[in-house]
Amino acid sequence: MPDPTDLSLLQAASALRTGQFSSGDLTRACLERIDRLDPQLHCFLALTPELALSQADDADRRLAKWRRNPTTPLPIPCGIPVAIKDVLCLAGIPTTAGSRILEGFRPPYTATSVQRLLSAGAVILGKTNTDEFAMGSSTENSAYGPTRNPWDLGRVPGGSSGGSAAAVSARLCFAALGTDTGGSIRQPASFCGITGLKPTYGRVSRYGLIAFGSSLDSVGVLARSAADLAPVFSIIAGHDPLDSTASPDPLPEITLDLSDLHGLRIGVPEEYFIEGIQKEVEQAVRAAIEVLRGLGAEIISLHLPHTDLALPVYYLIAPAEASANLARYDGVRYGPRRSESSLADQYLKTRGELFGAEVKRRIMLGTYALSAGYYDAYYAQAQKVRTLIKADFDHAFRTVDLIACPVAPTTAFPIGAHGDDPLSMYLEDVFTLPANLAGVPGIAFPVGFDSHRLPVGLQLNAPPFEEPRLLRVCHAYQQAAEWHKEQPPL
Amino acid sequence: MPLTIEEVRHIANLARLRLTSEEEARYRGQLSAILDYAARLAEIDTSSIPPTATVIPLQAPLRADEPRHGLSQSRILSNAPATEQGMFRIPPVFEGEA
Repeated sequence: MPDPTDLSLLQAASALRTGQFSSGDLTRACLERIDRLDPQLHCFLALTPELALSQADDADRRLAKWRRNPTTPLPIPCGIPVAIKDVLCLAGIPTTAGSRILEGFRPPYTATSVQRLLSAGAVILGKTNTDEFAMGSSTENSAYGPTRNPWDLGRVPGGSSGGSAAAVSARLCFAALGTDTGGSIRQPASFCGITGLKPTYGRVSRYGLIAFGSSLDSVGVLARSAADLAPVFSIIAGHDPLDSTASPDPLPEITLDLSDLHGLRIGVPEEYFIEGIQKEVEQAVRAAIEVLRGLGAEIISLHLPHTDLALPVYYLIAPAEASANLARYDGVRYGPRRSESSLADQYLKTRGELFGAEVKRRIMLGTYALSAGYYDAYYAQAQKVRTLIKADFDHAFRTVDLIACPVAPTTAFPIGAHGDDPLSMYLEDVFTLPANLAGVPGIAFPVGFDSHRLPVGLQLNAPPFEEPRLLRVCHAYQQAAEWHKEQPPL
Repeated sequence: MPLTIEEVRHIANLARLRLTSEEEARYRGQLSAILDYAARLAEIDTSSIPPTATVIPLQAPLRADEPRHGLSQSRILSNAPATEQGMFRIPPVFEGEA
């Protein structure tokens, strides 16, 4: 049998249906590959092999039953091994959010997005590495050490969903869940040469997601192509009575048969081609836009005039929300506790010792922005400028159907490159933050390589709830250009 | 305008974070640089701009008010560092009381 981990998710799903191999075979192949490669890559914080094999047995029974009566519905991910970013709860399985303050935590319940994958019969291999509480762009802020980029082990995979991105890129799993608060799905997808979808705010339930910035957090999917990603996204999207911000609108059926883009208007915002963008990134992005033009799309230059304000707005709003969300980690209900001398001392010591440097920095920043005397100047002003950034998108989408732009100014950078300079690290997020502030969906996918053979990604943004359009156009591109089929040298 | 070390200590105390003096010095520099960068927002005229309340307009949905089982007491307590008689146990809140 050829190595089944080389197959696409759709090919593997079809082989499971025909009985060419079982979900147990497929799961063992992934677990063996993880055993061999993950000691170098460090994609996983927790592996769940026994659980995975028992889920694979269940899936094999479902598949056998389906074969006796193939007219019954069977979700495409049934029997497919996937991974889950370690900010999403899976009952009974260690969930740390990359933080020492949640060391040993076993959630009493399962996130809706994860539960929907389980119900569809997907096989969960484990929990993937992340910057602590998803705060970072490289996984270097994980308390458990960084993940390495499969294309170059000396470089970061991006972040914060870097463990999920590297695991998909290295073919340790067929798809993975990630989260995106300021670019945390799109940027690692770009750095690892895979496809990553950040849905519209509210498209996927956040129930069971460890909260970071509650007005910005989105749960999404990373996979090797739009075609592989769509069936996983379809499973996790949709209303959830347990999350009042999860939209009641049903997800329309996603059809990927479109390859002619005539009639589609794609806007290219001039503000995204700034000084400081790596030349080879700009070249690959512009070449990809020409491919879309060649498929029939009309390319229109446009302006998103408040783009340069997204960074300062984000780095006030996200830390402000984080400072409130992370107040719950105090050593009372979960996680380790430091000091028993008094409650006040317990709070100060537990939080001071167990939060990492970046998390403390953001809690401090957010606390300051919300504090008496500074609230209007910082937090309230940031929420007003956010309205202008959202209006830029609303205005643009009156004349175009999609926006095309770079994902990040550079390709994957070396581990340690940003050292102790948080502002230079924040600048990595400059092209991904606006979509979170505006709540619109975005997709990142590979469109070439730089001279170090590191992947370059293109980002497409769409109006709210138009994920099917993003997936259709991404798929049309992937039919015309085959960068997504390139594999890292492992 | 750089933060003073007293301001850094005040913020850390509001956030319930005990910092070392080395951390206080480092955060003073880093937070000052980030706030300097954010100062450009003050130049934007937002006198007629409402703050963003929500990015996606949603109606607050109502569900039927039906009794349901929640998580059991033992599951909720299972992650706690200290429990007593089905409750979370914490150190003394007031000085001098046992």
